[in-house]
Amino acid sequence: MSDTHSNTVSYVRDSMLPQQEPPLKDRGAVKWLRENLFSGWLNTVLTLLSILTVWFIIIEIGPWLMNTVWNAGSLRECREILDGTSGACFAVIKDRWHQLMFGFYPPEYYWRPVLAFVLMLVAVAPILFAELPRKMLYFSALFPFVGYHLLWGGSIWLPVAVLLGFVAGYIAFRLLDRMSSLISTLGAVAATLAWWFLLAGPFNAAMTSVLPIGLEFVRSDAFGGFLVSVVIGVSGIALSLPLGILLALGRRSEMIFVKSVCVVFIEFIRGVPLITLLFTASLLLNYFLPPGTSFDLILRVIIMVTLFATAYMAEVIRGGLAALPKGQYEAADALGLDYWKAQRLIIMPQALKISIPGIVNTFIGLFKDTTLVVFIGLLDPIGLSNAIRADTNWNGIYWELFIFIGALFFIFCFSMSRYSQYLERKLKTDHR
Amino acid sequence: MKTSVFYGTLAASALLAGAASAQSTLETVQSNGELSCGVSTGLAGFSAPDANGVWQGFDVAVCRAVAAAVLGDPMAVNFVSTTGQTRFSALASGEIDMLARNTTWTFSRDVDLGFTFAGVNYYDGQGFMVNRELGVSSAMELSGATVCIQTGTTTELNLADFFRVNGMDYEPVPIETNAEAQQQYLAGACDVYTKDSSGLAATRASFPEPGNHAILPEIISKEPLGPAVRQGDDQWADIVRWTLNALIAAEELGVTSANIEELAAGTDNPEINRMLGSAGELGAMFGLESDWAVRAISAGGNYGEIFASTIGEQTPIGLARGLNAQWTQGGLLYAPPFR
Amino acid sequence: MSSTSDARTPTAAPKAAFRLSMLLYDQRYRSITIQIIFLFALMLGIAWLVDNTINNLRALGKDFSFSFLTAPAGYDINQRPIEYDSQMTHGRAALVGLLNTAILAVMACALATILGVIAGVLRLSNNWIVARLMTVYVELFRNIPTLVWIIIFGAIMTESMPAPSAFRGDDPSASMFLNESVAVTNRGVYIPSIQFANSLGTVNLGVVSPSINWLLVFAVLIAGIYANKAILKNATAVQNATGIRPKTWWKSLAVLLGPVLVLFIVFGAFLEYPELRGFNFADGTHLRNSLIAMWLGLGIYTGAFVAEIVRSGILAISRGQSEAAFALGMQPGKTMRLVILPQALRVIVPPLISQYLNITKNTSLGLAVGYMDLRSTLGGITINQTGRELEGMLLMMLIYLAVSLSISGAMNIYNNRIMLKER
Repeated sequence: MSDTHSNTVSYVRDSMLPQQEPPLKDRGAVKWLRENLFSGWLNTVLTLLSILTVWFIIIEIGPWLMNTVWNAGSLRECREILDGTSGACFAVIKDRWHQLMFGFYPPEYYWRPVLAFVLMLVAVAPILFAELPRKMLYFSALFPFVGYHLLWGGSIWLPVAVLLGFVAGYIAFRLLDRMSSLISTLGAVAATLAWWFLLAGPFNAAMTSVLPIGLEFVRSDAFGGFLVSVVIGVSGIALSLPLGILLALGRRSEMIFVKSVCVVFIEFIRGVPLITLLFTASLLLNYFLPPGTSFDLILRVIIMVTLFATAYMAEVIRGGLAALPKGQYEAADALGLDYWKAQRLIIMPQALKISIPGIVNTFIGLFKDTTLVVFIGLLDPIGLSNAIRADTNWNGIYWELFIFIGALFFIFCFSMSRYSQYLERKLKTDHR
Repeated sequence: MKTSVFYGTLAASALLAGAASAQSTLETVQSNGELSCGVSTGLAGFSAPDANGVWQGFDVAVCRAVAAAVLGDPMAVNFVSTTGQTRFSALASGEIDMLARNTTWTFSRDVDLGFTFAGVNYYDGQGFMVNRELGVSSAMELSGATVCIQTGTTTELNLADFFRVNGMDYEPVPIETNAEAQQQYLAGACDVYTKDSSGLAATRASFPEPGNHAILPEIISKEPLGPAVRQGDDQWADIVRWTLNALIAAEELGVTSANIEELAAGTDNPEINRMLGSAGELGAMFGLESDWAVRAISAGGNYGEIFASTIGEQTPIGLARGLNAQWTQGGLLYAPPFR
Repeated sequence: MSSTSDARTPTAAPKAAFRLSMLLYDQRYRSITIQIIFLFALMLGIAWLVDNTINNLRALGKDFSFSFLTAPAGYDINQRPIEYDSQMTHGRAALVGLLNTAILAVMACALATILGVIAGVLRLSNNWIVARLMTVYVELFRNIPTLVWIIIFGAIMTESMPAPSAFRGDDPSASMFLNESVAVTNRGVYIPSIQFANSLGTVNLGVVSPSINWLLVFAVLIAGIYANKAILKNATAVQNATGIRPKTWWKSLAVLLGPVLVLFIVFGAFLEYPELRGFNFADGTHLRNSLIAMWLGLGIYTGAFVAEIVRSGILAISRGQSEAAFALGMQPGKTMRLVILPQALRVIVPPLISQYLNITKNTSLGLAVGYMDLRSTLGGITINQTGRELEGMLLMMLIYLAVSLSISGAMNIYNNRIMLKER
């Protein structure tokens, strides 16, 4: 075949023709438009609809946003400046910026929440980014006490006394470690509780009278705005982490009784709305505590939010535990490690690492849910927006406040969700 | 983050629990050095924080007078803002020592909920506010109207009764806060706004154009508003009751914040002398110092002065004394004798 | 102990004597020890709480009783799916609230699913602008609290819509839509409602008394759905036997809608249009602002989460599946319908269930815009008027718990049915 063919051909091209430009509809912007926007009638319709939507939004909101008044003492003043034209009065944000951020926190101490926030970022960094030196984790462990003291103030010896409780527990754990891990765990818990309930009070009183140092005390009811959201959200997550680990272990436990109690707790908390738990905090918690006990609302809310977050955290960590290959458990058994040692040295470090995206997502959810505290009278950003609108100066303002609150929440939550997506990609080792 | 708050407080509360339960409210207030007073989240003229976060208003003044009588310092008050829904549990649980939040004295609240009302500091009644454009001149013309109402209050029940008894139907729009209700009313989402007529006046005063809104003549309920305390601590109830009475009696007897220094030294009116402590030992009878009433009255003046400076006709709220005038002036204020 | 081991035959292994320390060191007994300690601590904790509660209740002079549920409520509820007035009991008010919760939850779940599926699929579209727009929607709604959205939608409804009075007069500034049948006002949306000229009255079922006409319509509709199933089954059988699927759409349509239409004509169904009368629009169905704000707030917010679930469900199906389908010569539409979606559904359903649960729980935010759900009736006004916080909150939590558990139970049954049957 090829022979005949070669004989019949009289002309063979020895040089290639220069490559031609693709036709107009297949190159440059036109090609991109054709492929990405107008590839079929359905896509064309969708594209046109989308452009219309965007155009509509820009036309409706654009002029209003562009014509913003930033300097005015009241809505009336702002409207006078606008002089009948449509425009936003973001002056309210400027006027009430500190209130929206800190609530009624004493202005001379604004540096304290700011410093606490910065230190919190430092404390969280080594947990979130594995590249940072591990030594920083010591600061992370210390931060709850530092943060508490910065925000609330009072005698420095109270957080120190509480911290010493953990130290006492650790010492007891070390001393008893040889006997059995069960005994050492029980001993550590007993030592900690004994210190807190018996010795911490006198220690605190004695040290305070001897060496009264510490920051000025700030009451919880001075807290407001985003400070409340962050404090409740962060403490809820931080406290729920250890409890959530215990619950997750309990739910996977083979001890039928422990397991069923954990399941009932988790399902109960996950089955009722957070708002009922918050109302329990504000209406009922005092019924459950000894007569005459009363502590402030923020603390009660933190307790209930912690319980709430614990149930969700337990499920996240259970997912992390389930994702570990069975070989890890078997390897730990083969090494002769007992349950707690295996958990501490082999299982948890891996399971927690897998769970971090889930934990961050739980945190995002919890942080958004802190807005519900407005229903029980705490002045979170939404609560403050009500208070600001009740003021005669800003009576009738609406959109600006909600746009601001929404934007701040968006910045917080969006950056956290980006982080968790980054982490998911990093942790994902399977190739698809 | 706040591990320590939790455990610290739990430990502290466990230690204090035994002691606290045996304490009377007076002892608690004195040992805390401040009075926890429940007020509303913000109602112009009655209780609202000003730009500096200092609470001002008619209800607030009662708290300050009690704090002055008990602790000697009218500023030693911790104001706890409560909503219509949370106020009673806050009082019942001991979170607040007294509730001064335009709360109506009713049988069931007094008897069933277990509170003691220390008296009446404002005689009120539920009214209706409408936009003048509607051309409504009587509540009887409101059939079919949409009514904004603050939820968790007695007004909700009065409203239901009023419309049912008069055979009219209506559309209730339940709203959580006064600010929100105001917004909805001004936007025209409801035709009528109903609440205590004093509150209506206070709300109307904050409108851009108060003249466009009319308060209808019908008053559909009796709303005696007064400070409340927990039942079972009679000494504390007496302190709050007689502090209020002292404010009222002071106006009747002509004792004002201006002349009280002078009168406290002693006058020829024996009742003033007994009240202000220059004669007799009235203060010691309920565990206070003899000049308790002097301090209470100096805090913000007598009842008339407080009324005039917070909600009176010279203020934007612009309420007339009406029922809240002294009995000698044809009103209902009548303080029992100091004897 | 030792005597029993002596009595054994020498061939049997000697049973170790039980020592107290074995409770701690022996694997067999240790879990029992731990559980007993745990049980003991738990009991102690519960006893402490109950004891405190009893003491506190006694100190306040209160008792623990649910008798308030049979007392007259005294307050009115604006949205009443069943008959209710202020003279009926607190229990009835709670039931009205529960039904309102259910109505809102169903509406919001439907909206979230529709929006979520559309946005999730479109986010994967090749169309650049559509995909970007959907990303903006998902991120914007996912990262701002639902409460803020609810309040914003509530504000849009009250602030930006015309008042009913704007529809009045010779030259009204606002007008109704769709041939004078729909009115959008700042008090809600009024839409036409279906009424029957020949009413058969109501049937009294004790708690509720639904209209017989509607009951019949629903019965016929359900019968139609079953008949349609039989038709489809038959079509599949024919397809399996002959390879050609008979056209069934007109049969299905006739079976589903025909009988209902006949019933409507027999009953003399007509549309009742909303009409401006007095202060407000009267007649028709009134979808209140609170309902609309909650519906949009919850539906659009959760729709963003559903979109992510749908997207990741579709992405979870390996590329080989669609390539194989294309190799078989299937159209993209058919590939999606017959190959991708059935598999993706398995990934999508479990997280979708938890989103439905979230919606149901989030209906309790109705308070923000004054929606009279269970929390606002039983957990709000009733508790406030009777002072029965403990009983009211307990009852409300149990109801929410029961609703949540039954939703997740029902959805788990469905999930098990579509789960991959592995060998």
